[in-house]
Order: sequence, then C-alpha cells, then structure tokens
Amino acid sequence: MKETAALPAAASGVWVFAEQRAGIVQPISHELLARGRRLADARGAPLTSVLLGPAGDDGLREMIRRGADRVLHVADPALQDFLPEPYSAVTAHLVRERRPDIFIAGATTTGRTLMPLLAVLCHAGLTADCTQLEIDPATGELLQIRPAIGGNIMATIRTPLCRPQMATVRPRSMKPAPPDPGRAGEIERLTVPPELLRSRVRRVAFEPADDEGGGIQKAEVVVAAGRGLKKGANFDLVRRLARALNAGVGASRDAVDRGWIGYPHQVGLSGKTISPRLYFCAGISGSVQHLAGIKTAEHIIAVNLNPDAQIFKVADYGVVADLFELLPLLTEKLEARKKSARAPGTEGSG
Amino acid sequence: MDIIVPIKQVPETSKVRMDPNTGVMIREGVESIINPLDLYAIEAALQLAEGCGGRTTALSMGPAKAEAAVREAIAMGCTEGVLLSHRSFAGSDTWATSFALSLAIRKRGAFDLILCGERATDGDTGQVGPGIAAWLGLPVVTYVSRILECGPRAVVVRRMIEEGYETLEAELPCVLTVVKEAAYPRLPTLRGKQRARAATVPVWGPEDIGAPAESLGLKGSPTRVVKVESPSLARHGDVRTPKDPAELERAVDGIVDYLERLGLT
Ligand SMILES: Cc1cc2nc3c(=O)[nH]c(=O)nc-3n(C[C@H](O)[C@H](O)[C@H](O)COP(=O)(O)OP(=O)(O)OC[C@H]3O[C@@H](n4cnc5c(N)ncnc54)[C@H](O)[C@@H]3O)c2cc1C
Repeated sequence: MKETAALPAAASGVWVFAEQRAGIVQPISHELLARGRRLADARGAPLTSVLLGPAGDDGLREMIRRGADRVLHVADPALQDFLPEPYSAVTAHLVRERRPDIFIAGATTTGRTLMPLLAVLCHAGLTADCTQLEIDPATGELLQIRPAIGGNIMATIRTPLCRPQMATVRPRSMKPAPPDPGRAGEIERLTVPPELLRSRVRRVAFEPADDEGGGIQKAEVVVAAGRGLKKGANFDLVRRLARALNAGVGASRDAVDRGWIGYPHQVGLSGKTISPRLYFCAGISGSVQHLAGIKTAEHIIAVNLNPDAQIFKVADYGVVADLFELLPLLTEKLEARKKSARAPGTEGSG
Repeated sequence: MDIIVPIKQVPETSKVRMDPNTGVMIREGVESIINPLDLYAIEAALQLAEGCGGRTTALSMGPAKAEAAVREAIAMGCTEGVLLSHRSFAGSDTWATSFALSLAIRKRGAFDLILCGERATDGDTGQVGPGIAAWLGLPVVTYVSRILECGPRAVVVRRMIEEGYETLEAELPCVLTVVKEAAYPRLPTLRGKQRARAATVPVWGPEDIGAPAESLGLKGSPTRVVKVESPSLARHGDVRTPKDPAELERAVDGIVDYLERLGLT
C-alpha cells in the first residue's frame, strides 16, 4: 500500500482540495484557491483544483474565475458525500499519477480526515490547521505555519524530502479572491477504476444542524456567552443579538455542560477553534481552554461584570457591565439602525 | 469486544507558561496528564466493554514517564496497558507516530475496534487516528459524537460535521475518533488505582514491534519543525467601566462604532 517517496524534482504544481455539499462548491474552496494562487505564483507553477462528487458546471467554472488553472473533477455519485475510503483512494490515485509538489485542503472535518489518510498512502508530510503558508525564497519549499499548544506557540514546519508537501488550512484564515470573469482554465473530467470507490463505511442518515451552531467555524461574526448567562433560556438574548449581526452563536464549555446549548456551539480546547472576523462574548471569564479556541479571531469584544476577568486581557474592546443590561441595549440599537437603513420605498408593504 | 485505546501524555495546558523573554515554553513544574480528549475515548471504550464483556487495552507511545498515563487508564478501568518507549521513537511526527502505533497494534493481535481522542491538546493535529487507520488498512470515522450501536460485525455512530450530524455504519474492525460529546469520563476508583499499581505494563521498543529504524523518530518523519515562536497574546484593548446608565449607553455606542468600523452594522 505504501509507495516510496517521489523525488522532489519529479513533483510539480500546486493543488487544492475543493469541497462540495449537495453539488454546491463550498466557500472554503475559494479560500484555498486564493492561498494556492499565491503559492503557485511564487513557484511559477500551475494551480489545480480537485473536486470529488457531483457539481454543476458553473461551480467548476467559478473555481477557474477564482484562480484555478485546471479543475480535476471526478463526478461519480459514489463520491457525493465524504467517505474516507473512496475519497482517499481516489485522491491518492490522482497524486500518484500526476505528482503535485504542494497539496492543501481546508482544516474542516473533511480535510482533517482525508489528508492524514492521504499522507500515509502517498508517504507525504502533513501539517495540520495552518494559519499561514509561504514559499521559502531560498529553497522553494513550502513553509507551513501553525499555532500549537492551545495557540501559545506558532511553529514553522517544512517537509524536506517527501512530496507532495501537504497542509490543512484553517477556514477563514484567508479571504477568497474576487472572481475574474476573464480568467481562462481547463476543466478535466475524470473517471476512476471502480475498485477505488469501495467503502466499508455507509452513510445512513443526516440531520442538519438545528440553528446557528454548526457553522461557527465559517461565520464572519460569532456571538457567544457563558455561565454569566445564569440559565439556558437567557440564550434568547444572545440569539437576538446574533440575528441583528447575522452571526453564529457560540458558548463556553460551562454553558454547554449545563445543557443550555448544544455541543456544536462549544468554543475552545475541547470544542471548536474558530477564526471569525469578530468574536463578541458576554459572561465568559476567558479561561486558558476557552482562549485556545479564539486565538486567531481578528477582533474580540468582551462584556463581563468582573473587571479582572481574563477575557479583558485579549479583548480589543471591553465593557465591565451586567450583560442583562448591556445585551438588550446593544441589540435594540443595532435593530434600530437596520430599520432606519432600509430604503423608505421598501417599507409599508404590509 | 476487544478495544484498543491509543492515548497520549501531554502537559496540562492550563499550566503552560511561556518565558516572556525567550518565548520558550516553561515545562518545569508542569504536570503531565492523559490528553483530556483521550479520556472521552477511554470512557466510550469502557462503556462498550462493560456492555458486552470485552477487553480494553490502553496503548501509549512516549518517554518512560508516559507509563503513568497508561497506569491511569488502567485505574479508570482499562483491562491492560502497553507503552511504546525508546529513544529511537523520539521526535516522531504524526506519520511516524501512527506507523509505530500501527505496528504495536498488529503485534498485539486481533481486535474489533480502535478508539482515539479527536486530537491531542498539545500538538493539536488530529492526524494520528486516521493515520493508524491508513497504516492498518481499516475504515475510519472521525468526530464521532455518539456510538449508537456496536457489534458484532459493525458499529453505527453519529458524526459531528459543520452542517449537522451524520449517521454512519462502519464495518468492524475499524478506527473511531471521538469528540467530547461521546462520553463523560469517570474518575479512577480506589480499587482501580490499586489494580493499576499492581499491573505490569510491558514496554516495547522498535525490535519488539519489528520497526525499521529509518521509519522511526525524527529520521522517519516527513515533517520538520524549523522554528517556534510565541506570538504576543495581549491585545491593548480599550476597556470601559461605566458607572451609571449614561456611561453604559456611551460604552454601548462604542461597541456600535467598533462594529461600524468593521462594516458589520
Ligand atoms: C481539559 C479541559 C478542556 C476544556 N475545554 C474547554 C472548551 O473547549 N471551552 C471552554 O469554554 N472551556 C473549556 N474548559 C473549561 C474552562 O476551564 C472553564 O471552566 C470554562 O471556560 C468556564 O466557562 P465560563 O467562562 O462560561 O464560566 P466562568 O469561568 O464561571 O465565567 C463566568 C463569567 O461570567 C461573568 N458574569 C457573571 N454574571 C455576569 C453578568 N450578569 N454580566 C456579565 N458577566 C457576568 C463572571 O464575571 C465570569 O467571568 C476546559 C477545561 C478543561 C480542564
């Protein structure tokens, strides 16, 4: 099963692993293309996007508009949902045939499962959950930069001998490039040997996330609360603010363990690591374990009754106040702004 | 049901301190514990084994002191433990670690299930579980939030993904990596601790598992850490302490302004 390492000299090109859900190409693919484009330009190499499972033509062309020179598409319906065995067998097959120099995927549940399988199948090095990728100008190698130990250190990692150089990249750690309608590229549709599509894991059912929780890793804004909320019903205050900001809802472990909100909402060491543009939290003390989940949030606003709360050490803007007074006030102000921003012509339809 | 739980010993994160001058992690005085996310895997394994009269084996790779982690797993209720330890394993990345663990699992013999924590809290990669599956050619399900049914030929599990929960059926033997929701870890009992103290924990080296030297440790690892730095965490935030409703109102307007500057209102 194991293949000996490809000689670095024989490997070329930058690949990104695109993701689709129900045939729709996911935004993480566009983030990866923006990152991949920079790497490909630095290497003077083409950028290839690999997509498994059915997808519409426009979704494929959009990847070219967003930076891909080539799209490799294996549309087989057996690849509709992520299943580790067929996904890893098919990508390993493509990697062996075409030998990319660099292969990156999103640090999503799919990417973080697929890539370690692929790393073993292809004898490649793999770095998890990178927040930065650079090309070393001296050697042309991929420098993989990632937080570790709960975000307390940043490590730079390279892969000297094995190819491809692989990494998963934290969602939202890079903005997608705007589409360029004039960009040219090629879509290559492939079929693969049927034995690669076998799976000993079967998808029996799917239950979509109840509400704003599932997507907190993708959300631009996350509004979160913790034990300071005092009871589960008070999450309504948080949800209302989240709606006003079009945000996902997060929580501390304490709030989750008390059954106030589901585990998919948990932010931190034993929950999710998120990189929103803005993290707004109220009634969360800022334990080390909680902070581990928000080290790469761009902006942090915190509300806490206790002026000495740790959360204020990492906040860009903080208010020492009672969340039961502050949240409704803030929400009303935001809702009022939304209303007044609406064009007069759109009002009075009822 | 024969279950293997690969566990890792990690520094207790809440105690990790960085030297502000050198940016190096201060390890002295930092306690070593079982990776907290592995406790969920141990608990899930114990519950399965109790349900059908099975055997659970804690398997760890690490320095000699990692034996304490194996004994703690036994104290929680694992039937037995094995430690992979030798200087040639030092510096292994996830590729080399999963390779060594897979050889140890092969050597130990037949099993039904391998249960891992989702990731370790120090390295934070989540790559060893799937890596073991790839080396052993086994099916794998990651991010398992509940084991719904188990055995004799298959497991049915719930998997937490970005969009919700999938229900998956996997053939046995297979590898599962579990998240916090899967189980609430028990504490070791007094009897468990006594059993753990009395237990013999075999220590295996590269010869015991038939590992080729070139695939172990730093030598066998495709990746190299070239630089470690500690980013400055403190943000120089503007913290307001309103004393009356008017000041609170101004502080809230400050939030609105902040949101507006970000283009979020
Ligand atoms: C192995 C391990 C893993 C962990 N993983 C995680 C994790 O993933 N995520 C996580 O969050 N935690 C995690 N923890 C738990 C963590 O250590 C803390 O216990 C937890 O984060 C505390 O949650 P909290 O901030 O909501 O509660 P508390 O620490 O109790 O803080 C509540 C805060 O609310 C404030 N408050 C109270 N009333 C009000 C009010 N009316 N208005 C405004 N503020 C108010 C208080 O001043 C206080 O600061 C983990 C712990 C361990 C050991």
